[in-house]
Amino acid sequence: MRSYGGIALVVAALACVPLLTASNVVLNFMVVALLIALVGQGWNVLGGYGGQYSFGHAAFFGTGAYVTAILQVRYGVNAWLGLVIGIAAGALVGAVTGVLSFRSGLRGSYFALVTLAFAEVLRIVASVAPITGAGVGTLVKLDLRWEAFQFQSRAPFYWIILAFVAVSLLIVKRIEGSRFGAYLVAVRENEDAARAVGIDVVRVKLTAMILSAAITAAGGCFYAQYFLFLDAGIAYGPWISVEALLAPIIGGIGTIYGPLLGALVVKTLGEITKLMTGHAPGLDLVIYGAVLILVVAYAPRGIAGLLRRRT
Amino acid sequence: MTEILRVEHISRRFGGLLALDRASFTADEGRIVALVGPNGAGKTTLFSIITGFLKPTEGRVFYQGAEITGEPPHLIARRGIARTFQIAQPFTGLTVRENIAVGSHLSRPSRASALAAAEDVADAVGLSAMLETPAASLTVAGRKRLELARALAIEPRLLLLDEVLAGLNPSEIRDMVPVIQAIRARGITIVMIEHVMQAVMSLAEQVFVLAEGRMIAMGPPLAIAADARVIEAYLGHGAAQRMRGAAHG
Repeated sequence: MRSYGGIALVVAALACVPLLTASNVVLNFMVVALLIALVGQGWNVLGGYGGQYSFGHAAFFGTGAYVTAILQVRYGVNAWLGLVIGIAAGALVGAVTGVLSFRSGLRGSYFALVTLAFAEVLRIVASVAPITGAGVGTLVKLDLRWEAFQFQSRAPFYWIILAFVAVSLLIVKRIEGSRFGAYLVAVRENEDAARAVGIDVVRVKLTAMILSAAITAAGGCFYAQYFLFLDAGIAYGPWISVEALLAPIIGGIGTIYGPLLGALVVKTLGEITKLMTGHAPGLDLVIYGAVLILVVAYAPRGIAGLLRRRT
Repeated sequence: MTEILRVEHISRRFGGLLALDRASFTADEGRIVALVGPNGAGKTTLFSIITGFLKPTEGRVFYQGAEITGEPPHLIARRGIARTFQIAQPFTGLTVRENIAVGSHLSRPSRASALAAAEDVADAVGLSAMLETPAASLTVAGRKRLELARALAIEPRLLLLDEVLAGLNPSEIRDMVPVIQAIRARGITIVMIEHVMQAVMSLAEQVFVLAEGRMIAMGPPLAIAADARVIEAYLGHGAAQRMRGAAHG
């Protein structure tokens, strides 16, 4: 799976899922898993390849979601145009966060804390600002036409989120084979050594952050269209920041298929937990935590790393 | 002979410590210049200032006639000044080839050509056999070579080597000396910080001696080795006189 052929194969296989089952439960599960794969791939660009661990990807996810939803609800903008603007807005939030934190030289846990703070500030603002519907939330009007980016059945949603994931895979593949990708990994491995060979470290990190934010924002836009409801806790809540980093870390940090693999595993685990415990609230998070500790301790390169070692 | 590097009256203060005290030196194009001095003399600090990793408290640095004082490290590297680190700083998760290619990318945007160019550089420092080895599993000698290779990969005009021979055994040092000579033969000016005096004697044409932040002597290697101020800087006050006394008596 070293080439674009590998991506084509994986995407083609996944595209067959709606042809094999019409079960809404299965499709819903897969849509959510792919959404997490997409958001996780966004995190992976910055965290996996660039070594900049963000705890606040909710900031980009929520911005994409809110911008798409609010443009439709309050300004009558077409949902597809809303998607494009939502992605751009997420990228902009990434640029601002990146400029502020990278220019002041924040690294490691300081960077993580600042991203967390940004997401939390946005969550609190969104929970009181009138434009987001504050405590009531924002409801996107039901309009089941493809022009409105809404569909009667789950299958089209599934194929669209799969297409988003496919694009994200292509972007990451492209990064891997480029000078920018080599620079990004160099920055992750050793910033001083990177500077010494002429790499503009701040610029490389910033580019990665903008790209990362845009991919994650696309996930937010999709979320708004799929669930048609947002509030501050959903859009900017820590849950999505956690999912965004859990998927790539468990699947294989800094690998192209890591986020997809991780999202499928994490979501499957979550479902199994729910079935076994009868939806005890929060128990899936306990399981996530345990799995995360196991992965970090025994498989620092995630599932993808384990597979590579075996073969 | 034209001057490629000129360091003028550089001082650097760390809190109450004056690490460099109006230190000056120059390097002529195509030469090997050695910077020697006891531990803590400020040699590495001076390298860090030349390459932009530290800003001087006062003083100026000129490269090819243009002032570069205080420029950020990546711009100085792009001007053609490469450095190695005293403690090797490999990109540990990458192979030798990938490490070198990061440097080659400076003039080669394409991944394939950067990876290919890494081969020639590896060849020049004797790492050809280890191209696909992970940098993390290199020996000390291997890491030193990799430092050198990555610096060479940016195709510098001026190469600053910070103790590339430290930690090597005598036979490894013997292997490394011709590598450095070959680099100079390609027209690259070298400024080296070095404690291995036997190598300084055989490589350098000009030696500058730094002690307690001050440049106390300069000249050809043999003259420097006999300089009373240098002997005292290394061995303590009065050492030169006692040595002379011992030789005569």
